[in-house]
Amino acid sequence: MAQDRIDPPPSSALRRRLLQGMAALPAASLAPGLISRAARAAPATAAVNSTGLAVTDDAVTVGILHSITGTMAISETGSVEAEKLAISQINAEGGVLGRKINFIQEDGASDWPTFAEKAKKLLVKDKCAAVFGCWTSASRKAVLPVFEQYNGMLYYPTFYEGLEQSKNVIYTGQEATQQIIAGLDWVTKEKGAKTFYLLGSDYIWPRTSNKIARKHIENHMKGTRVVGEDYFPLGHTQFNSVINKMKLVKPDVIYAIIVGGSNVAFYKQLKAAGVDLSKQTLMTISVTEDEILGIGGENIAGAYACMKYFQSLQNPNNAKFVPAFKAMWGEKSVIGDVTQAAYLGPFLWKLTAEKAQSFDIDKIAAASPGVEFKGAPEGYVRIHPNHHLWSKTRVGRARTDGQYDVIYETADLMEPNPFPVGYQ
Amino acid sequence: MTESTFSRKDLIGVLTFAALILVVLPMALDPFRLNLVGKYLTYGFVALGLVLSWGDAGILSLGQGIFFGLGGYCMAMFLKLEASTPAATKIQSTPGIPDFMDWNQLTALPWFWRPFHSLAFTIAAVPLVPALLAFVIGLAMFKRRVGGTYFAIITQAIAAILTILIIGQQGYTGGVNGITDLRTLLGWDIRTDHAKLVLYFISGGLLIACLVAAQTVRRSKLGRILLAMREREDRVRFSGYDVANFKIFVFCVAAALAGIGGAMFTLQVGFMSPSFVGIVPSIELVIFAAVGGRSSLLGALYGTLLVNWAKTTFSEDLPQLWLLAMGAMFIAVVVLFPNGLAGLVQDRLAPLLARLRPQRPELQQVAPAAVDASNQGVAR
Amino acid sequence: MFMGYSLGDLGSILAMQGFAGLVLFSVFVLMALGLAIIFGQMGVINMAHGEFMILGAYVTFLCSRLFAAYLPGAFAVYFFLAIILAFCASGLLGMAVEWALIRHLYKRPLDTLLATWGLSLILQQVYRSIFGAREVGVELPGWMMGSTHLTSQIEIPINGLIVMALTTLITLAVYLLIFRAGWGRQVRAVTQNRAMASAVGIDTERVDRLTYGLGCGIAGVAGSAFTMIGSTSPTAGQLYIVDTFLVVVFGGAQSLIGTIASAFTISQARSTMEFFLSGSMAQVLVLLSVVGILMLRPQGLFVLKIRR
Repeated sequence: MAQDRIDPPPSSALRRRLLQGMAALPAASLAPGLISRAARAAPATAAVNSTGLAVTDDAVTVGILHSITGTMAISETGSVEAEKLAISQINAEGGVLGRKINFIQEDGASDWPTFAEKAKKLLVKDKCAAVFGCWTSASRKAVLPVFEQYNGMLYYPTFYEGLEQSKNVIYTGQEATQQIIAGLDWVTKEKGAKTFYLLGSDYIWPRTSNKIARKHIENHMKGTRVVGEDYFPLGHTQFNSVINKMKLVKPDVIYAIIVGGSNVAFYKQLKAAGVDLSKQTLMTISVTEDEILGIGGENIAGAYACMKYFQSLQNPNNAKFVPAFKAMWGEKSVIGDVTQAAYLGPFLWKLTAEKAQSFDIDKIAAASPGVEFKGAPEGYVRIHPNHHLWSKTRVGRARTDGQYDVIYETADLMEPNPFPVGYQ
Repeated sequence: MTESTFSRKDLIGVLTFAALILVVLPMALDPFRLNLVGKYLTYGFVALGLVLSWGDAGILSLGQGIFFGLGGYCMAMFLKLEASTPAATKIQSTPGIPDFMDWNQLTALPWFWRPFHSLAFTIAAVPLVPALLAFVIGLAMFKRRVGGTYFAIITQAIAAILTILIIGQQGYTGGVNGITDLRTLLGWDIRTDHAKLVLYFISGGLLIACLVAAQTVRRSKLGRILLAMREREDRVRFSGYDVANFKIFVFCVAAALAGIGGAMFTLQVGFMSPSFVGIVPSIELVIFAAVGGRSSLLGALYGTLLVNWAKTTFSEDLPQLWLLAMGAMFIAVVVLFPNGLAGLVQDRLAPLLARLRPQRPELQQVAPAAVDASNQGVAR
Repeated sequence: MFMGYSLGDLGSILAMQGFAGLVLFSVFVLMALGLAIIFGQMGVINMAHGEFMILGAYVTFLCSRLFAAYLPGAFAVYFFLAIILAFCASGLLGMAVEWALIRHLYKRPLDTLLATWGLSLILQQVYRSIFGAREVGVELPGWMMGSTHLTSQIEIPINGLIVMALTTLITLAVYLLIFRAGWGRQVRAVTQNRAMASAVGIDTERVDRLTYGLGCGIAGVAGSAFTMIGSTSPTAGQLYIVDTFLVVVFGGAQSLIGTIASAFTISQARSTMEFFLSGSMAQVLVLLSVVGILMLRPQGLFVLKIRR
């Protein structure tokens, strides 16, 4: 079996590990901590659950709602893995309010109505105390009315375009300004960049992000300008024309927000066209370590990415998180920005529940602002009253092995600002 | 239509279906499941249209999602305008227009959105806009005798193009997110359980009305001409009928039915997005009808309900297996029992009824090879 | 936008843009050829075409891993072996599918659409189970991912050259096979009049199976080649399928010349418009023109005159 001899885990090895991981969940939760602590610290069920959520004396049920089939499965797999890891770790430490976390996983199947349907099931039938899930804006938009109507709590991990704020959602990823502004300031200062070429896939996140980037370049920085802006349909695979256009215009910075399978095509064709990323500055906010797996490190080495987390980040929390993730999901797995943000969800919810001393959605929503998570792999995060996170912005440079070197981070936490004035 | 065209057997079938939809299911299911069934029923409209156009007239459209989506978008536009009152959208730079337009720097409502302030216009547009597009497509294709596989992939290409258009023009259409956050219909909150129940019964009632209408068409002379066209198109043409006109008509009817389904879908689910317009949903809609039986209206409806019920059930437990099962079902239905569940039922009942009435399946088998050869081509 | 650039700059961009157009043309031909052969021969649309392409891509991926592990010395040329293996793998699978599925459905061509669509769902899930849902990175020899300098300003991507060479080669081979070889005569005979061909002793079943295998095999080669320019994931086949169908439909069924002409028209229009407009707008304009032309001329650009 040649296939098994070559090392890629993709095949059955991954699945085996997945199964092991799942098997490990209940095992981990039975760790000694639970028995001793649960008996001591668990407050009465009636006190922590006044609205009929799925909470018993020793367990609380949450939902995981991502696509594990369909086109989005590529992106959402990491989030599912991170959420399961976080839940198993919380359980190993005694759970939430003395209760073990059980999770129900549903498949959104990359289909927005399915997301809405499954979200409703998780809230109405399963009475989940919290749901960790969604990835694309479209799926979030589809479930948002469900969460608002049935009063659920969604922890949404992806960096996204902003322009939204809800009592029923905690956004653990960055909204657009958090990801864009510090990076543009850095590249202008460090690289002396004057001209920018904006690229994007044609949907709301790249368009909104580029709008913010353009406003910042034109109105908030000095002497900088946008020399081109182009959008491509999702799934577009031919970039030679725009690459030629950029060769003519010769921008100081290519600012690329291309997603999905298009990403791979773009970077491969860029390299083949002789654009050397060690000389041509390229900055992206859409390529995490996950995407590089498909692109190939050798095709994107030298590009700069602006994120809040990189796997190579040096700090004590991350030094524990990365090995734990690999122990559960395999030595070959990589951790991107969104995966880390998904990992934050269960912990933030746990901390909030403990602060509120309740699982009630209203109390969780009210207690969320100000909750801080000091164990975050990205360092430290705090929930803002607008339900987004305070977090730092970092710039990394892609290496050939598919990892990033972190070369810059903001001194302070960036304030989340989903409705940025002056950028509309 | 006279008594003889609408047989007693048809009547019993319709009544049984009506009893199931309007009495049994609402009593047996909780509101959550019933709402799901309500969603499936909206696909039933498309299935009815497919039986007429594909099962009877032999026109396979792989673009029914286009019409379903158009109907749904018409309804969604009306609901979105109602939700976007100046008061509700006062934080926008241009209050009074839908939020996604504001995000895309539109400062005024586009002209084609304006008529959708009127419910009467919307209700008229739901079947008419899809039918109009179907008319244009049908006119271009059928007048030039394009049909068969070639027609199928052209409809598919149009579905793909429309998806790209909708996603690309997000200032006007809401882009890939679609039109979301729909709340009220003339002030009536469509998100409550009670409203969902009412909408379920409206969907069910409308579906049964459409079923009866479709049944009537099939039993009429028109229905027989459609069948004849499927079997020997040239003979119908030589008999003096303008085949293209009949095809265009039935294609438009199928499109209008799909549009009604789409509008009911929007009302029940609360949003509309381009993911219903593309290739994948269009083909899924076809398979719903195929599983039930492409030449039986009731069969297609039961098939739609059954496949969707299976999809929901299995995808809750075994999402990976579901895709395999779905693929296998496609193949099995096509290769093993092309007449679907209805065909199976009929084959079981066939021995009993054999002496009472002539069998349709035999009629198909008799069709000589010449017909099959002509099915392959562009020019028929 | 062209103010302030020197003539030399503009000239070299024009040259590179012309080349980009040719590469796109080659890509389209490679994508659509397999589909067009099967459609032309049997009136069957292979909806799993994209998945056959991805099979070729995964074969290339496996080859790259094998060579990297066991034959690192020959890594620079593994790609050529991969192309051949991709052709064989997709071709054999195609023949198996023809035997198990398609041949039962020749009398119902519309149903083959549905059956092959079901097949594509199954294949996607199989890929996902074997290779994982994520994209795999196919590592290519360094020399293939570079560019060559014609002048100091004109850079030509090598992968583009390879795609063009491959397309030319395959188109030529198909031409020779169908219009010059004895087997091709049989294929054309079956296309024109199946009953008559059978009557004069042509084994139409065998012809069908081989044609189907050939079409799928070419899809495999296309998939293998596209690892140079695109992504490899269980659903990546869907990225190409829309363009592929458009090219075939626009070219007119049953006409290989039509397919090539339509690939040329669409690729040049797209490539030029993308240069002057935004990529998305260019796509929309091209698609709208294609639909417009199809409304006026629904049979496509070229129609093979067949007596029925």
